[in-house]
Amino acid sequence: MSVPFYVSPEQVIKDKADYARKGIARGRSVIVLQYDDGLMFVAENPSRALHKISEIYDRIAFAAVGKYNEFENLRVAGVRLADLRGYSYDRRDVTGRSLANAYAQTLGTIFTEAQKPYEVELVVAEVGETANDDQIYRLTFDGSVADEQGYVAMGGSADAISTGMSQGWVGGMTFEAALGLAVDQLAAAPVGGNTNGSAEPRTLTPGQLEVAVLERSRDGRKFRRISGHRLAELFGVVDDSDAAAGDPL
Amino acid sequence: MIDAPHGTTIVALTFDGGVIMAGDRRATMGNIIAQKDVEKVYPADSSSCVGIAGAAGVAIEMVKLFQVELEHYEKIEGAELSLDGKANRLAALLRGNLGMAMQGLAVVPLFAGFDEDTGNGRIFSYDITGGRYEEHRHHGVGSGSLFARGALKKMWRDGLGLEDAVMVTVEALYDAADDDSATGGPDLARGILPIVAVVDADGYRRVSEDELNRIVRMVVANRQVRPDGPNAALSSGEQA
Repeated sequence: MSVPFYVSPEQVIKDKADYARKGIARGRSVIVLQYDDGLMFVAENPSRALHKISEIYDRIAFAAVGKYNEFENLRVAGVRLADLRGYSYDRRDVTGRSLANAYAQTLGTIFTEAQKPYEVELVVAEVGETANDDQIYRLTFDGSVADEQGYVAMGGSADAISTGMSQGWVGGMTFEAALGLAVDQLAAAPVGGNTNGSAEPRTLTPGQLEVAVLERSRDGRKFRRISGHRLAELFGVVDDSDAAAGDPL
Repeated sequence: MIDAPHGTTIVALTFDGGVIMAGDRRATMGNIIAQKDVEKVYPADSSSCVGIAGAAGVAIEMVKLFQVELEHYEKIEGAELSLDGKANRLAALLRGNLGMAMQGLAVVPLFAGFDEDTGNGRIFSYDITGGRYEEHRHHGVGSGSLFARGALKKMWRDGLGLEDAVMVTVEALYDAADDDSATGGPDLARGILPIVAVVDADGYRRVSEDELNRIVRMVVANRQVRPDGPNAALSSGEQA
């Protein structure tokens, strides 16, 4: 009978983490940021159907990067948890904090117990009554949670974008200014985790972006997608989504 | 019969571009008025509404579950259910309540919504066993619905505008309250007006308090002169 090689726990954890990081770094990025009327989500995502940004509940939204099937799994579980809790108790009893905790538990368990960790990174964001009450939780593949202030970037170029955001972001930005900043940062970031040298900034068209907001001033469900005609208008290019889809990156 | 709050009139009618649903505000428990300002018309989601008659507690719980199911589906799938899909789902919930209904806690909802595919407002009625029936033009449920439906028949016409349609629902509810003790009329002294909801291409909304107040006061004022409401024209007396 053969004796298996001894592999130290440190090495196992390190290998798993490297594996997950590599998977996440391959994807395009997502930015979540505060603006004067709530929280904005901007993702580079050419697909109209496979979303990286989703509504979870009245005040809570979800953004993710990494493997689609894995974060879709987590999204569905989050919606189910939120709807069930809201139905059992009251809509006000569904909070971003409890959802972030549930995700942290799930991701942590999968990281330690499963053969392969989830190659995902999530943001759970909750819009509050005022900007001070807004909450942005960032969850990584190993189940760690970070409470972010103002903005957060995830995905392949997260570090480059975070540096750019730290220079450009200020509290109380208008919707247009915040969208402009996020799109500029996505365009300037190197693609696919290629961090050596500063590549030429690309031109992103509305067809390549997924944009949504949690609007503080809205009644009831505060999540709203900004897409199609409205997004094209904000870019000053109406109805060129067909042309945009064919543009090389 | 268990003394749980029940008794209602809910009416719905289609108009040019959508559908309107209205309900009175009275809940009764035997001969007692249990509540004067209960709400019996709810948004099911952003493009449909549901009105309830029957055992209040069971009905409100059913509506709550129905709302959660529609919202849940929408979030999971990223698209709304079709209007027929929603109507069928409500039928299934009713069928699940059959046991309670046989013991006297029946719920009879009325469902209406805007169908994106056809561009029309549509109305669905149900029986306690979960039978689902599409109604055309107008319908009513609840203890006062016999009287309301008579009024709807005489007042509904093709191409009704929104304001006229609201007026027709208020008139129909007035007639129901006139003859059914379990249906409440407009209570101007307390400012308790019927709930009137509109669903059209822009989605679900309640008719604004000001607008509704104006229309209800007009109906009540006209009834001071003609207590039985407007006269339907006889075809022999009409100029063709």
